[in-house]
Amino acid sequence: MSETEKTAFEPKIVAYVCNWCTYLGADLAGTNRLEYPSNVRIVRLPCTGRIDFNLIIKAFEMGADMVVVSGCHPGDCHYTAGNYHARRRWTLFRDLLETMGIDLNRIHFAWISAAEGKKFAEFITEITDKARQLGPYQAYREICE
Amino acid sequence: MARIGVFICWCGENIARTVDVKRATEEVEQIPGVRFAIDYKYMCSDPGQTMVRDKIIAERLQGLVIASCSPHMHMKTFRAAAKAAGLNPYLVEMANIREHCSWVHQNREEATAKAVELIRLAVGKVIQDKPLDAIKVPLTKRALVIGAGVAGIQASLDIAEAGHEVVLVEREPSIGGKMAGLSETFPTLDCSQCILTPRMVETGQHPNIKLYTWSEIESVDGSVGNFTVTIRKKARYIDMSKCTGCGECWNKCPMSKTLNDFDYGLSKRKAIYLAFPQAVPARPVIDKNACTKLKTGKCGICAKVCAAGAINYEDQDEIVTEQVGAIVVATGYKLYSIGQEQDNEKYTGYGEYGYGKYPDVIDALQFERLSSASGPTGGEIRRPSDGAVPKSVVFIACVGSRDPAKGVSYCSKICCMYTAKHTMLYKHKVHEGTAHVFYMDIRAGGKNYDEFVRRAIEKDGAKYYRGRVSKITEENGKLIVRAADTLAGVPVTIEADMVVLASAMLPSTGATELAQKLKVGYDEYGFLSESHPKLRPVETNSAGVFICGACHGPKDIPEAVAQASAAAGKVQVMFARNELTRDPEIAKINEQNCAACYACVRTCPYNAIEKAEIRDRQGNLVKMTARVNPGLCMGCGTCVAVCPSKSADIDGFSESQIYEMIKNL
Amino acid sequence: MSRFGYYPGCALHGSSNDFEASVRACMKTLEVELGELNDWICCGATAAHSINHTLSLALPGRNLGIAERDGFTDLLAPCPMCSMELIKTKNALTESAALRKEISDIVETPVTGATEVINLIQIFQRVGLDRIQAAVKKPLESISAACYYGCLLTRPPRTVAFDDPDQPRSMETVLAALGAKSVEWNYATECCGAGMTLSREETVLNLTNKIITNAKAHGANCLVVACPMCHVNLDMKQGAVEQAHGVKHDMPVYYLSDLVGLALGLSERELAVNRHFVRAGVHAAPKTVA
Repeated sequence: MSETEKTAFEPKIVAYVCNWCTYLGADLAGTNRLEYPSNVRIVRLPCTGRIDFNLIIKAFEMGADMVVVSGCHPGDCHYTAGNYHARRRWTLFRDLLETMGIDLNRIHFAWISAAEGKKFAEFITEITDKARQLGPYQAYREICE
Repeated sequence: MARIGVFICWCGENIARTVDVKRATEEVEQIPGVRFAIDYKYMCSDPGQTMVRDKIIAERLQGLVIASCSPHMHMKTFRAAAKAAGLNPYLVEMANIREHCSWVHQNREEATAKAVELIRLAVGKVIQDKPLDAIKVPLTKRALVIGAGVAGIQASLDIAEAGHEVVLVEREPSIGGKMAGLSETFPTLDCSQCILTPRMVETGQHPNIKLYTWSEIESVDGSVGNFTVTIRKKARYIDMSKCTGCGECWNKCPMSKTLNDFDYGLSKRKAIYLAFPQAVPARPVIDKNACTKLKTGKCGICAKVCAAGAINYEDQDEIVTEQVGAIVVATGYKLYSIGQEQDNEKYTGYGEYGYGKYPDVIDALQFERLSSASGPTGGEIRRPSDGAVPKSVVFIACVGSRDPAKGVSYCSKICCMYTAKHTMLYKHKVHEGTAHVFYMDIRAGGKNYDEFVRRAIEKDGAKYYRGRVSKITEENGKLIVRAADTLAGVPVTIEADMVVLASAMLPSTGATELAQKLKVGYDEYGFLSESHPKLRPVETNSAGVFICGACHGPKDIPEAVAQASAAAGKVQVMFARNELTRDPEIAKINEQNCAACYACVRTCPYNAIEKAEIRDRQGNLVKMTARVNPGLCMGCGTCVAVCPSKSADIDGFSESQIYEMIKNL
Repeated sequence: MSRFGYYPGCALHGSSNDFEASVRACMKTLEVELGELNDWICCGATAAHSINHTLSLALPGRNLGIAERDGFTDLLAPCPMCSMELIKTKNALTESAALRKEISDIVETPVTGATEVINLIQIFQRVGLDRIQAAVKKPLESISAACYYGCLLTRPPRTVAFDDPDQPRSMETVLAALGAKSVEWNYATECCGAGMTLSREETVLNLTNKIITNAKAHGANCLVVACPMCHVNLDMKQGAVEQAHGVKHDMPVYYLSDLVGLALGLSERELAVNRHFVRAGVHAAPKTVA
């Protein structure tokens, strides 16, 4: 793949974020006018505890090249423990996803608080770069077909 | 085909500068289901909202997408607008094309494309939106207050003064709590009883306060707005309606060997006794473990001398139930035991300080009684072993506090202040005596607090040493205190007549059992957990249950009182309505589909999901299911993710809504 | 007849062989069989743990391995230094499978850390104080002992998990079973300076003088110890203490097993009490302090 083709590819990134920390962190990035690539599509959920892993699979099925899950820092969950559930679930599902053949480099977890606008912008920039390098998630689409 | 209206806001130049609003409007109109798209400079302005309302009616819209700023900013505004136009407010979605798009991207092409896509996702979601109604919960405007120390008294009086009935439950024979036993209070040295007892009398006589002393909470059922509380009234052996509190009985009682717990074992009391002279209610109680009549059937002197005939040896525990809408927990604290017995195996005690071995090593609450005018020595500082006036007293701070190896890791917060106070009280009574204080750090944050500590050191001459005491031994009637002075860098040995240990504050006995009954969280030490450490400090994650005072963490009197009034304020906010309404974006269970595995029941952080039965008309069990209690559910959605049969879902963020969004990627 | 593994360690086979004589005589009378570990080695105290962590676990580890191989579920180590090192290793082995493998490989014997390590006081507790009390032939009515635990018997508290580290009572309860009195005093768990015996003798003489003086001041007519090093410092060095401080102590120092043996009717010779430096023995007419 040539250099131009690489940069021509713009990945689709889905970010499942909680309403109380990361969504507000993204709002703060906006308020502070912190620029980041436009590839990310934020899906607002009440809590990372709400995130069923089918949602992640579904996003890939619908053409996402990268999925991001981000919520409150451990101990700061608006609902006391939802992010702990998410973390525990992720630990278990990780192996399962790998067994299913899903590239774990395509899924990223983060704790971003409502005060961390800068962290959000940097995280999305970093993730987008990574997604560009990984290229289109052709492999998953082939499984689906 | 759905009839969705899309309203795209310029936000002045904020959005329009980077997003080509006109082009976006044209592209959005092509999305299936979109009846029309329209752009406007300021959608949140009055004309903007008027346009939204008019369009809802004119176009008979079934849903709105407002493409503008963050829903945290204006969701409420547009929901209200929808409601005003007769559209269910939960059929409004927002696409955040300002914070998440125009403000963070420079490239106009990219930003416009992203804005269109964000709107497409929102259209997908709104098509799947369902009209929801705010949940209404009936409300019993009565409050239960558990614990009648200063916090419980304050909360009860505030709620009662606001015109609501209060059920106040106290497990001791009298209200008043720890504060009733204190001598003088920092930083003003005003007499504790002088300021508390009028409030106690007021509480006892208030027409809106129903007082249960010598009673404990058995169980709590129901949920916010409608709790059913079962209370055990312990046998008092006194007919409260007949007793006049004349005192004939306890004056004549021949049994006087029981340690007085109000004086923390520094004095003795009778088998029938008044908790303390200012007790409210001023009615005695019989200690069934000390009374000869109750143990062997002989004696009965108190019954003979009682002119009112109020003694009832046949008294039994009584169970009563009360209906309340809100609960305030104010169960307070106790001190880390300096005795050999510890109630937690993690705590190993302080054998090096001679616990339980030297009678003149006492704890801070015992010193309060020694210096209290109503205490066992009438306010004279006399040491327990021989009643001598101690000429040299060593005060040790942080006994058990900030010591994860043997005690607790937190700071008990009030000890620096009361230790300074103790040195003053001592010096004011024993002028020729010397007060020595060993401390780790002096933490005197608070109005007039540091000045108070400086006064103890500079004016009253308390000797402060920064360092820990390693060992206390006894020689020739003196307590030899060996310690380090870390500022001077030398070991110190002091011959003391008495040692006072500022022991750590722990939650009172039984606090965790009560927390379990109330479904309130607690930390590893048993302190009850607030909902949010900054913004919801007196609420708990159990809706309708509030906390105040030292059950929540170490606290001094002003803080406990302030928190009690805050909790009472929260109760009044609840009671200002005639019924409770709650956000309807909560979980629900498809009960026909539910396999009753109860993964959700175990996962729910609010205990909002219960096991339920579905029965047919004949009452036969059809199946078991999980069921959401809408009064308790906070809408986190954790149950949705754990449900293996996909029976749990959450309104507002349902599976179909989220999938529809993703499909529109 | 109960059977215990027995780990004497260097002290009981060397400078403190009077201690071993006392322990063995006592156990024989109580019908306790002591099976000395075949081919035991040094426990590693006091140098190993400051030089090489693995070595400090491997040395006691080998001894624990021998005990396991020979089927001892309980191992008596009368020297508190030895028992502490053994317990420390036992705890570390119990907690980590990786360490069990590492140490087993090094010592070429499988070690699991299953053996219970007990000190001198605990073996009397295992035998049963009721049984000892019933077997007493000569109640020690004239004894008013200051029970001296020293540093290691109760410490580190979470490792040895034996008695209250600051206010221990276990020796006192054994003495009570023998009909002896014990006094309340202040130096029961203070340091005797054992680590400085050779390097800084004046420190040792200072500390031991305080210990003996305090015991006397509280009405004790003898000291009771359960540690060979304590005994060396308090008994053998007592003459030097007296010389250095210009005092006369004449304070008999017994091993706990001495007093148990004497109460059970054993002779001073059988218990090697006659080999102490300060004249000792119930027949030595202990001085009562006014």
